[in-house]
Amino acid sequence: MYGNALRFRRQRALPAWAGVRVWVAGCLGRFFVFQELQDRLEGTLRNLRGNARLSEENMTDAMREIRRALLAADVEVSVAKSFVASVKDRALGEDVLKSLSPGQQVVKVVHEELVALLGHSAQDLDLQGDPPSVVLVMGLQGSGKTTFSAKLALYLKEKGRRPMLAACDLQRPAAIDQLEVLAESIGLPVYTQRGTEDVVAVAKAARQAARDQLCDVLIVDTAGRLQIDESLMEQLSELEAAIKPSEKLLVLDAMTGQEAVSIASTFNDRIGVTGSVLTKLDGDARGGAALSLVHITGKPIKFAGVGEKVTDLELFHPDRVAGRILGMGDMMSLIEKAQENVDEEQAAEMEAKFRRAEFTFEDFLDQLRQVKKMGSLKSIMGMLPGMNPKMLKQVNVDDKQLSRTEAIICSMTPHERRRPEILNGRRRKRIANGSGTHVADVNRLLKQYKDMKKMMKTLSKPGALDRFGKGLFPGM
Amino acid sequence: MVFGAFKKLKKGLGRTREQVLGRIGAAIRREVYLTEDFLEEVEEILIASDVGVDAAVELTEGIGRRLRKKGGSMQLADVAAVLQEDVARLLGGASAEEPVMQGPPHVVLMVGVNGVGKTTSIAKLAQYHRDKGRSVLLAAGDTFRAAAVEQLSMWADRTGVEIVKQAMGADPAAVAFDAIGRAKAKGIDVVIVDTAGRLQNKEGLMRELEKIARVVQKQLPEAPHETLLCLDANTGQNGISQAKEFTSVVPLDAIFLTKLDGTAKGGVVIAIAQSIDLPVRYVGTGEGAQDFALFDADDFARGLFDASSLDETAQDAAADATEQ
Repeated sequence: MYGNALRFRRQRALPAWAGVRVWVAGCLGRFFVFQELQDRLEGTLRNLRGNARLSEENMTDAMREIRRALLAADVEVSVAKSFVASVKDRALGEDVLKSLSPGQQVVKVVHEELVALLGHSAQDLDLQGDPPSVVLVMGLQGSGKTTFSAKLALYLKEKGRRPMLAACDLQRPAAIDQLEVLAESIGLPVYTQRGTEDVVAVAKAARQAARDQLCDVLIVDTAGRLQIDESLMEQLSELEAAIKPSEKLLVLDAMTGQEAVSIASTFNDRIGVTGSVLTKLDGDARGGAALSLVHITGKPIKFAGVGEKVTDLELFHPDRVAGRILGMGDMMSLIEKAQENVDEEQAAEMEAKFRRAEFTFEDFLDQLRQVKKMGSLKSIMGMLPGMNPKMLKQVNVDDKQLSRTEAIICSMTPHERRRPEILNGRRRKRIANGSGTHVADVNRLLKQYKDMKKMMKTLSKPGALDRFGKGLFPGM
Repeated sequence: MVFGAFKKLKKGLGRTREQVLGRIGAAIRREVYLTEDFLEEVEEILIASDVGVDAAVELTEGIGRRLRKKGGSMQLADVAAVLQEDVARLLGGASAEEPVMQGPPHVVLMVGVNGVGKTTSIAKLAQYHRDKGRSVLLAAGDTFRAAAVEQLSMWADRTGVEIVKQAMGADPAAVAFDAIGRAKAKGIDVVIVDTAGRLQNKEGLMRELEKIARVVQKQLPEAPHETLLCLDANTGQNGISQAKEFTSVVPLDAIFLTKLDGTAKGGVVIAIAQSIDLPVRYVGTGEGAQDFALFDADDFARGLFDASSLDETAQDAAADATEQ
């Protein structure tokens, strides 16, 4: 019973993006790209295949690979060390499941432990007390505090709150201007006071202003400071004592290296951190600093900054970043993106066809257009596991290829789209002329189409979907 | 206890830079022995400075070889000296070299990801050239971020140099073009072009950068004479990707390493030097325009590790060995 239910769920999740993956894979000329860490683990654990048990000896090399992977992702040395120790404890003595290779199994344990450490689910702000609740935004120079403050204000506004911004970065030239411009762009009030250096006074006045204007949240943007700058840390601690924020958010750049531990522990000891924000996650940094942050503060990461626009803010999803640290790609984001853009009904219809392996060029055209809605092909591929920037560079996907393929299909008659086998030389030439391409392009597309159909036939066999599902979430 | 290793970490954190520096004076005449533990901890010190796993392994192997050659034991101070030497060599050994002035105008293009300190670094560079008696013109090419133009204008005022700017949202390439045109007309020595921060994986923005460089060349074919990657010392291994991606779009000449006044060591420049041979030329050490220095590889290597931090390592390794 349960088995069926599970399978059903997998099947439902499949069509929304299975076609996308098959298509992307078609472009790449390869079906699935395995991720680096897992590959390396397979190497070290090759002798484990079968019903062996994970043991002290056979795990040593694997643990070294994991430590290496974590360090390469900027997880701090001692954090990586203790993390590996905990993974080892858990993996030891576990039976090697028949359905997973030992490498997959270790990756599974690592992933689960990472998620457990990063917190299981996204956590929202905790804003209690008499209004206005105060949110203190702090961090190093250039970590993205001002941009985040504006994003947070917009986020709260959209949730029906009435936030006000307070410009308490009196250090950096034009920081006040920056916040003013941002506040104006999102249509929210900002409290500023120029020609003073008294941060505490400005913050207090801002709180009064928020009260007067019936704002229920005050977001206090502060100056960037190094954690070892004694006088600026003292100033921040005075500010904290004066305005008693209900949320004290540490903003950290996702590219931060080993210093993350020192930064997090100092801010936590001096000010007390209630949550963190990881910014610039739209870059290609692996984001191992996230692990150090949570490990040291014991508080969740609440938000992720994912772009320069004020709307580019997301709740932090631990499972995604766990996958990213391990080089597994941002699978969930891709799936969400696919779900956002793929029409439910179309997807269901597609699923049915998929099962019968009746995939025509008309369906292909539909899928193509849905892929185009999801963004550039490169950005989609970047979210696939095992895709690192280097590979993306080599692949060099041309988004124009999408349009060319679209043009070729559009130059076919409806009859041809449904029955491509009737495409003889003359028809192909006509299609090439009609779409402004060459016969060779048309032939290539036909070949891709044939391969896809073959693949779908295999996928629609019983049991194949389970394997497919596993490939979808490597190591899960 | 899963996270027992944290005892050591906390101890490490309590140690401020001053303490470490204070202890260098006390000459350490301890012998260290070639053990797996000692080498592993040396490797960890290196990784903790963001030099990356590969470079750390290479440097540690060098120490191992040296120790073996000396019969398995060595003065601790010598270990530190060897490490410093190797690091300095990896970084090209070229130290505290002044930029070769070209032009006029000598055109400097400042690039980097968001929040690394490009604008502040430009102010420092402007101050440096002014102190050398050169006239300087800034081009406010970050027309994207809110108030970036204002920020650079304030620095222009403070350092007393000229600035060419346009409204927010203007074409940065046009700003650079105008600035160099004006510098040519007025015989200004140095033009420093600011650019908006951009993450290296954003293709559109990288293409915009390429355009800026191209347009600059229309004004002055041999420009930019100095393309600098601004790199935050807090950056981890992503620094390698930054260097590689930027140099593939606008060939980089050197790194401007910022925020070295913290405890961050900026060790990623070693990994960068190893993979694409890009030297560091300037360092930023604070928020003022004067907080600036030419890069000195020996100084930098000394900052990464000194004999006293190694001493602690050796003692820890010895203590661990006794425990076992």
